Amino acid sequence: MQLTNRSKVVVHKEMNWVEKLYLPAIFSGMFITIKHLFKKKATLRYPEVTREFAPVYRGMHVLKRDEEGRENCTACGLCAVSCPAEAITMDAAERKKGEENLYREEKYAAKYEINMLRCIFCGLCEEACPKDAIYLTDRIVPSDYSRGGFVFGKDVLVEPVDQRIDISKRKKDYSIVHNN
Amino acid sequence: MDPLIFKIILVLVMFLVSLGIAAYSTYAERKVAAFLQDRIGPDRAGPFGLLQPIADGVKMFLKEEIIPNVSDKWLFILGPSMFMVTALMTSAIIPWGMPLEIGGTKFNLQVADINIGVLYIMGVLSLGVYGIMIGGWASNNKYALLGAIRASSQMISYELAMGMSIISILLISNGSLSLNAIVDGQKEWHWNILYQPVGFIIFIICAFAEANRTPFDLPESESELIGGYHTEYSSMKLGLFLFAEYINMFISSAMIASLYFGGYNFPGLEYLSTVLPNNVVSFISVGALFTKIFFFIFVFMWVRWTIPRFRYDQLMRLGWQVLLPLSIINMLVTGGILTIFN
Repeated sequence: MQLTNRSKVVVHKEMNWVEKLYLPAIFSGMFITIKHLFKKKATLRYPEVTREFAPVYRGMHVLKRDEEGRENCTACGLCAVSCPAEAITMDAAERKKGEENLYREEKYAAKYEINMLRCIFCGLCEEACPKDAIYLTDRIVPSDYSRGGFVFGKDVLVEPVDQRIDISKRKKDYSIVHNN
Repeated sequence: MDPLIFKIILVLVMFLVSLGIAAYSTYAERKVAAFLQDRIGPDRAGPFGLLQPIADGVKMFLKEEIIPNVSDKWLFILGPSMFMVTALMTSAIIPWGMPLEIGGTKFNLQVADINIGVLYIMGVLSLGVYGIMIGGWASNNKYALLGAIRASSQMISYELAMGMSIISILLISNGSLSLNAIVDGQKEWHWNILYQPVGFIIFIICAFAEANRTPFDLPESESELIGGYHTEYSSMKLGLFLFAEYINMFISSAMIASLYFGGYNFPGLEYLSTVLPNNVVSFISVGALFTKIFFFIFVFMWVRWTIPRFRYDQLMRLGWQVLLPLSIINMLVTGGILTIFN
């Protein structure tokens, strides 16, 4: 059965004297390679140029803050429960007086760790989060020399107030609108 | 200026040029390979990766030097040095351009105009195989020995056909073995390639074999012999082997250009020498020769990244049953035609 029109019938015939010279075949081979000299290169000069990610790309997580710079996360633990790789752990704490500008609700995550070696980047934590707190971004998880370096705490995960991480590509239309 | 001083300067310049071209051949090889495979190649060290050879050299020097316990220590050191020395010796007799004029006296841009120039090159080139042979044997490693044996038998087989095709050149250049005379006899467009196309093909195939380049790189075929004759070598000794190969490639290209493509001659050189000052013409002629050399170095690389390696029996059959008879027939036909027309 023929699947494509590119199949070739192999014949074991004697080569004629032109073919036995091999030189025409060599020259046609060299012609093919020289054509590749002028072709568009497949390489991207990586750190300077990056390949464009798909809009649904799931990379390193970010813990979002709201418009006033307060952490969204309330340490409800739904992300940790939903995580199939069990990569997320957290410790909850109560908001003290005077910390209203730091945490949006009365409960917050004192410790929040994602083990990036366990994480499979499925995005279920993002789907489970009722507070719009965790998102997967198009950033790449940096490399490290030790396993311990891959346990990312709040210092890495929470976005800085002055350098917000853009998550508009991943923000769903059905996300809950809070009125606090 | 004393001719001796000029010769010493020329020797130094040629030494540095050989090393420089060899260094940048490694860079060019990687670039050509990359471009032929739709890649970019080294571009991190300096603009366009131009400092890559320096980085490679530094790396080679800093690597740990390992001399195997079971090896013959002195021969182990002698191997790569001999390969390097013989590779560097060959550039002495190639005429690099029209004579320079300094202070009223003319200086030939050739280190030694010996009347057996071609023989000298053949001799020195075949000495080079001793470097490989000694290095491979002294390593006391079966792969190294196999590579060395392959190299020497390949060298012997292809030197014959190469010599025969050179004899055809000598026939049409009035029997002079001096490279200067051979190049002089190819003024303007009277290049030997036009009279000896078959001889040229034989010569260039043999040059590939002599330089251990693909498709004749069996002595160091890494897929079957690990690294061939330089399996046991490390650090700069390995660097010398790899480096000397690129010098050999450079010299082979210079030989091809001088023997078949008129050396520093090109159509219009006669006219230029009547209108331009002598030294300018001299530099232009040097430029012409180096353009040809660079083209052939490119061809060496181009072929390497196109054709796969021969099987060993195919290599031997090509050398003994095809190239040698063909070159003898070529020589007889050339001689016959010359006898009829003279």
